[in-house]
Parts: sequence; C-alpha cells; structure tokens
Amino acid sequence: MVDTDVKLVYTRPAGFEVTPTHYCPGCTHGVAHRLVAEVLEEMGELGNTIGVAPVGCSVFAYNYFNFDFVEAAHGRAPAMATGIKRVYPDRIVFTYQGDGDLASIGMGEIVAAAARGELLTVIFINNANYGMTGGQMAPTTLPGQKTTSSPTGRDVERQGFPIRTAELLSTLEGASYVVRRSLHDSRNIRNAKKAIRTAFEVQKQGLGFSMVELLSTCPTNWGMTPANARTWLRDSMIPYFPLGDYKVSPVVGELKI
Amino acid sequence: MARELIKGNTAVAEAALRAGLEAYFGYPITPQTELLEHLSARMPELNRAFVQAESELGAINMVYGAACTGKRVMSSSSSPGVSLMMEGISYIAGTELPAVIVDVVRGGPGLGNIAPAQGDYNQIVHGGGHGDYHLLVLAPASVQEAVDLTVLAFDLAEKYRIVVCVLMDGSLGQMMEPAELPPFMPLKTDIPDWAVAGIPGRKKNILTSINLDPPAQEVTNLRLMTRWQEIEANEVRFKEYFMDDAEYAVVGFGTAGRVALSAVREAREQGIKIGLLRPITVAPFPVKKIEELTSKVKAFLVVEMNSGMMLEDVRLAVSNRKPIEFFGRMGGVVPYPDEVLDAIHRLVEGQLTLEGHPRDRWLSFMREKIG
Repeated sequence: MVDTDVKLVYTRPAGFEVTPTHYCPGCTHGVAHRLVAEVLEEMGELGNTIGVAPVGCSVFAYNYFNFDFVEAAHGRAPAMATGIKRVYPDRIVFTYQGDGDLASIGMGEIVAAAARGELLTVIFINNANYGMTGGQMAPTTLPGQKTTSSPTGRDVERQGFPIRTAELLSTLEGASYVVRRSLHDSRNIRNAKKAIRTAFEVQKQGLGFSMVELLSTCPTNWGMTPANARTWLRDSMIPYFPLGDYKVSPVVGELKI
Repeated sequence: MARELIKGNTAVAEAALRAGLEAYFGYPITPQTELLEHLSARMPELNRAFVQAESELGAINMVYGAACTGKRVMSSSSSPGVSLMMEGISYIAGTELPAVIVDVVRGGPGLGNIAPAQGDYNQIVHGGGHGDYHLLVLAPASVQEAVDLTVLAFDLAEKYRIVVCVLMDGSLGQMMEPAELPPFMPLKTDIPDWAVAGIPGRKKNILTSINLDPPAQEVTNLRLMTRWQEIEANEVRFKEYFMDDAEYAVVGFGTAGRVALSAVREAREQGIKIGLLRPITVAPFPVKKIEELTSKVKAFLVVEMNSGMMLEDVRLAVSNRKPIEFFGRMGGVVPYPDEVLDAIHRLVEGQLTLEGHPRDRWLSFMREKIG
C-alpha cells in the first residue's frame, strides 16, 4: 500500500550534485551552500549561473554545485568574476569566499569590485580563522582568540584588530547591498537565506554590487563541539560583528521579492 | 588596406581589436599605457568589455575569468606589472586557457626606468610563474610585425589553449612607423565545449588549476609538456638576413635584432661575410636552426638588450661546438649600430675561443667602457 499522505518536505536542492562534501561535522559551509542552491533554484537561475570558488575550505565548492564553476587564485575571485561577468552580463556570477581569501590576501580585489559597482554577488564566510590550513589567525580573528598562529591569543597591540568587512565595504558608492547574517540557528539561517535572495536579485536587476557576510562556525579548528561552536559564535562573534544591513541603497529597499 | 603612420602600442591595441578581442583588462604603466588608452575608447564603442583594473593582479585575474569563457581576451603591461601577473599566468597555463599578454619591456630590475629593454626574457621565456608550463613568445622587431604577430597570437593561443606573449620593448611600443592594420574579423560565435557559459541544459564545466592528487596532476603536466613539444615541432619562426654565404652569424631578437641588422648591413658593405638570425618565436626557440648554423659558420655573436639571457639558449644549441661572443646593453640602454659593428669587428678580427663564458668577456669589456 502506498501511503498517499506522505509529503516530501525536505530534499536535496536541484542545484546540488549527489555527492558527499569534505566539510567537517558541524561546519556551516554546507548550510551556506544549500542556501545559495535553494535561492538560485527559486529564482530559476540555476542553468544561467557561473560560480567562482576561492582558495580556502570551500576550494572544492564546484564539486557540490551542478552548474558551471571556475576556481580562482587566492583572493582573486572578485577579479575573475569580473572577467566572466563583463563577457556575460546576462549571467548570474557569484563568488563564494572565506575571510582569509576575501579580507586578507584579496582585500584589494573585493574593494575594487565593490567600488566599481561590479554586478556580482559575494557570499562571504566569516569563521574567524583560516580553516583550510588548520586554524591560523585570520583578519577576522577576535581579540584574545587563540589560533595556531596566535597561540596565546590575538594580541591587538602586536597583531592589530579584526576587520569588519561589511562595514568597510558599505562606505563604497558602488556597493548596493551589503549585510551581515549568521548561520548559528534556524531563525538566523532563514534570515540569511532572505538576504542571499535579495543579493542575487540586486545583481539580476543590475542594481550594483552585493555581498552577504555570513558568520559561520569552525568546530574543528575552534576545538569545540558543533553545539558549543554555535554558542561561541552567538556569544563571542556577534558582539564584535553585529548582524545587520550595512548598505541597502534606496533602489534596493524598494525591491519586491 | 592602406598603410598608416601609427604608434606601436596603438597599433597592437587596434590589431587585437580587429582580431576579435572581446575583453581587455589592464593597468596603466609606461611605456605600455597607450595600448590601454586606445582600448579604453575603442572597446566600449564596439560594446566589448574593457576594465581598467585596480592592479596588474586584478587585470590578469580578470583575464583568467574572461578566458574561461573561451572568448578572445588580452592584457598588456610592462616589466614590473608583468612580474605581478606571473601568479595569474601560471594559473591560466595550469587551467589550459587561451590568452594573450603583451609585455612592453622596460629597464630593470626593480622600478628601473621606462626605457626600452629585453630584461624580461628570462621571466617570460623560462618561467616567472610556478610549475611546469611554457608561454609561446612572439618577438616583433617593427610596428608592422607587432601588428601581424598580435593577430597570430590569438590564433595560436586558441589552437594550443596556451598563453601567448607578444614580447615587445619600450621602443617598439613608443615608435611610430607605417603599418597596415588587419581587416576586421568577425567575433567568435562558437563556444568551446570546455568553456564556462552558464547555459541551461548544457553539461557542467569546471575550470580549475587545482589537483590534489599528485599522479593526476602529473598527467596534466605531461599533457602540457606534450603540447609544448607539438608547438616546438610546428611553430618555430625566425627570419634570416644575409645568411646564404655567411661565415659569421649574429643572433638577436626584437629591437636588438633590428639594431644588429643595421650593423650587419654595414659589415657586409665592408666585405665581412656575416648574416643575422632573428628569432621571431623566442619560445619555442629556433634550436634546430642554430644547430644547423653551427656546422656552417665560424662563430656567433649574440646581441641583446639585457645581460645575455637568450645567450644561454644559443649556448645550449651550439653546445660549445663553435665560439660565441656576446654584446649587450642593459638597464634601458639601446645599443647603437656602431657598437654592434665594433663587436662584429672584435669577433672577426679577434682571437676566437671555446674557453670561458662569453658573458665574462663582455662584462670585462663593459667595465672598461662604462666603469
């Protein structure tokens, strides 16, 4: 007997490949990937999209999405995406970058792309450390936070202060939509998805540069359980990196999605 | 089409545009800037992509992205800027993408100066970026040749999915000469099956230079090297002057080759049986041609606007079977034909030797000459 009352409520997004990821248990990269895939599917843009992967933990992001993807040199994803978008202005082009990639080695490229108002969407994963290389200090590492290259904790006298990227980019005229969200619980994940949708709509409608910064967990390198990592994100990261809309240009505010 | 008086940089820019250039990304640097300036006006007129990037790093990575679409893409720069591009060039090579880079070489090392030089030979011909890859390098000696080789560069880049460098120097970039520009070629309409395109229903393409599995990476490197062998077999280009009965051979590329030609002409008038071999592809290097000359001539004179970088390639081909002397000027100094003629006289009238290194003899000469 087939039970006709069974309803499918959760499935793999159409934008995903059927393959396991290499991400650690409790890491929120998978959540961020899923939100991107869901949004592109809902917008009907899956086949029309070209992604740009970074150097970092998400270097193999292209293995998990099922549309065209390129792999950038460390930090240069916004430049590479610019090259693609200028050739194909009617495609959706996005970069997916971590904090070392975007806010350290690639700060020049991201600032320039935002300043040009490049019609790109940037998904920016901030997990307060270099994940791929094993947990070194990143430009987003919190004051006092221990990493493998700040073993006694980040000393702001010697190592400076973390960079608030969303706030920094929000000062640029070409940036139309720059927000920070978090992936530490389901309510925030829903908010993050809305922001990602808005960011892609901004690109689709030619309104300027868009970036969603996503506070993310890295249980392995933080040395925490996934549950504790979420709590630490909430209690330690959000106070330094407040969630919010840092730049919503007036025309974006009028978007109806 | 009629010849017109045109500046080298502008001519190369216009030639690239007419060859179907669809996206250009660059950054201002002397003595290359007119190339960028010309395209900043012309590309938007034709609704093609032009971006003045934030840096050469930005520019080469924009080229990398645009090259992933399979369209004709280009950047241009000069020595320090090209040094910055090396990371990106290695990535483009590793991803097996076609792209054209124009290097209008200036005096170095470091910030150096903005005068003509050939000191980028090693970084362009023998690497610069990391890993096992080669650039196909075309070295023009006139504005017309720069135009012709720019068009050829796009064809070769596509044929072999390789980065092609048009290796110029500040004098070729800045000088005005009569040249005939190519006719307008239609833009490519076919999308290569390997390119990213964002087309619904088409198979997914991933373009990357990463391969964490060393044996699999080695397969890629082997493919790159095999393709390079094919290029070595099929794409060597050079020009010979007065070589038929020559007893001595001058070897020089680009502007140095052109200056050397004036000296060779003068030497011929003086009754010296000397000719010039001017490599047009400095990579692949005309090894076989030089091997062939080795059995014909008494000795070689290599002339360059650097400290003897191509000299090493000539020495490798000659393999100490015949004496070689070297004459070069460095740091943005362009040799006069008279200086090369003097070097020819020293070669022909002096004691030929297979001992020692020609660079050492030249350095002694230079220390006496310029202190």
